[in-house]
Amino acid sequence: MPGFTGMRQNSATVAVLSGKGGTGKTLVSVNLAAAAEKAAYVDCDVEEPNGHLFFQPEIRNEEVVSLKIPVIDESRCTGRRACVDFCRFNALAFIKGKPFVFPSVCHSCGGCALVCPSGAIRETGKPVGVVRRGISGGVTVHTGALNPGEASGVPLIRRLLRQSEQEPLPLRIIDCPPGSACAVMESIQDADYCLIVTEPTIYGAHNLAMVHELVTLFQKPYGVVLNKCSDGDNRSEEYCLKHGVPVIGRIAFSPQLGMLASEGKIAARESAEYAGLFRDLLNTVIGEVRNEETSASQR
Amino acid sequence: MKIAIPVNEQSMDSEVCPSFGRTPYFLLYNSVTKESSYLNNEAAASQGGAGIRAAQAIADQGVKSLITPRCGEHAVEVLNKAEGLIYRAVPGTARENIEVHLKNQLSLLEEFHAGFHGHAAK
Amino acid sequence: MKKLLLLSGKGGTGKTTVACALIRLSQAQAYADCDIDAPNLHLTMTPAAPPAREAYYGMGKARIDPERCIRCGRCRSECRFEAVRLSGGDYHVDPFACEGCGVCLAVCPAGAVAIEPDVAGELMLYADERAVFSTAQLKMGGGTSGKLVTEVKRRLNRAAGADTPLAVLDGSPGIGCPVIASLSGVSMALIVAEPSVSGVSDLGRIVKTAGQLHTPLCVCVNKADTNPAITKQIERFCEEREIPFLGTIPFDPEAVRAVNGGLTIADVDCPSGRAVRAIYEQVVRLLGLQAGSES
Repeated sequence: MPGFTGMRQNSATVAVLSGKGGTGKTLVSVNLAAAAEKAAYVDCDVEEPNGHLFFQPEIRNEEVVSLKIPVIDESRCTGRRACVDFCRFNALAFIKGKPFVFPSVCHSCGGCALVCPSGAIRETGKPVGVVRRGISGGVTVHTGALNPGEASGVPLIRRLLRQSEQEPLPLRIIDCPPGSACAVMESIQDADYCLIVTEPTIYGAHNLAMVHELVTLFQKPYGVVLNKCSDGDNRSEEYCLKHGVPVIGRIAFSPQLGMLASEGKIAARESAEYAGLFRDLLNTVIGEVRNEETSASQR
Repeated sequence: MKIAIPVNEQSMDSEVCPSFGRTPYFLLYNSVTKESSYLNNEAAASQGGAGIRAAQAIADQGVKSLITPRCGEHAVEVLNKAEGLIYRAVPGTARENIEVHLKNQLSLLEEFHAGFHGHAAK
Repeated sequence: MKKLLLLSGKGGTGKTTVACALIRLSQAQAYADCDIDAPNLHLTMTPAAPPAREAYYGMGKARIDPERCIRCGRCRSECRFEAVRLSGGDYHVDPFACEGCGVCLAVCPAGAVAIEPDVAGELMLYADERAVFSTAQLKMGGGTSGKLVTEVKRRLNRAAGADTPLAVLDGSPGIGCPVIASLSGVSMALIVAEPSVSGVSDLGRIVKTAGQLHTPLCVCVNKADTNPAITKQIERFCEEREIPFLGTIPFDPEAVRAVNGGLTIADVDCPSGRAVRAIYEQVVRLLGLQAGSES
């Protein structure tokens, strides 16, 4: 998984991430996809998906994503408790001669069914969320939504990535969740390039450092977009200068852009100025991806 | 009849532990023979499902009464199936709670909390 | 000890900024950072002395011993998490993908798999005469973050003085495991919302999640003047659900300056600071506390 995956035939995957929430990940990913005109936009922030609010896509497919949960066949159970002893998540208990399952604690590893000496365990599906595919102009929008109360969005993210991989489109933009935990790692798996969005505060710079560590660890080519730039100290820019992190774009703080975003409007579709800004950023990113591909093939 | 109480230390005079699933020890008290023993709570180190595992451990010991300040909904399910009853602990030591219980003055625990690690009540 | 948790649903609404100001205004003697994936509280509440550190162990991780491995590939075919990789003819486990379930161990015919302890993060507890501050950092790529949040809170509860009236907990964005873990046992959650289409959508989801856990809620809107119409919409949303709406905080460039200068917005005389002060008064009332002495 670590390492440069290389551009698939005629297609690039760019992951947009930030470490910190609220820096403008969705703003940038939505607008880059819109500026590209023909692209797939994949919203991997399945806990709080927002991209679909901007694209308002016409939904074509919807699918419930389920995790496999064990079901005990009591007629076959011989009471050996191999399942209870095996489960490291404590999702099974054995009382008065019968095993039973706690679906909300189960991590769906399939181990209990494997270790049961009596073949008494089969599996059934527990819904954890939904994925949708829709169209907005030339952009195919892939959205996942985790059911409130579910612990992890990773299975949804996996499905979204598989689903969007099939699109015969030249560009796939992945809008990642905030942070650097397992959901983010899952989201950047297939990325040819990571675009890190950050903002000027010390909080932004601190979280930039974490995400920088992540993309470095995963050996992904990366660059930074400084968002909400204004006069005054830009701690994130200072970090980039200090650590040799390439800054490939700058978006000035603008009440107009803020208002468009707060209204759920796609700036690149509403304003010629922003269409130009995001097209330029897109071209820079594609250029970076191509450079990487060239140097990778020369290695 | 076997009684279990989550305790911070291996002593009848230990304060009752505020957590059921992650208590370090359970005091097991036999009200007929007046014997007491202590069980290390292996569930304390679990990532999740600690209440389930702790409940399984005390059910396996034949416990029919659990005295605890609080208890999760999954642990309750295990104990109910094992035909155990859960009583609300009063402030004080394990010894004090047993005394109150043997006088039938403890009330049953009515409110159970949802799982803590991503397993919310629906 | 009453526990106030700051949440947002959407990231970047100003949770930590508001939390720091509330800590300052209440002179809280206990506070914690439950955003263990991207903790920021310590950047403003800069403790003077180094913390007590403790390693946090998550689920164990599988490791394949190449000497014993017979390269049958069963581990890889049975692993539901795609954690067993094959490269150069060798099987190895990706520790970031591994969930420590033990299936590979169970199916390996050669006894080549072991599940080993894995340090998934670090807990830090700062304590001085004024306050105790509990925080943690999840190691990159970590899962099982809910338990780490529970540990942060447990350490805070243990370290806080018996008569500490209030603890302030800075929560994390989203609705998943760390948020659910932070909600348990909390007296009230204050949701810092943002007046945007995304902000409204995310507010709905966090309200639903907190509702499942029966946590008393209240809401305030930050950067409210960036979209007064949506701010009103949020106020109506709260009214419909009988959730106390505590007020608004204006967008304030001085807030950025304060934060970058290592201060809270309550330390500086500025519009956002004054607004947070008014919200604080209401929090005190809702929690049934005596107001802390004003600085």
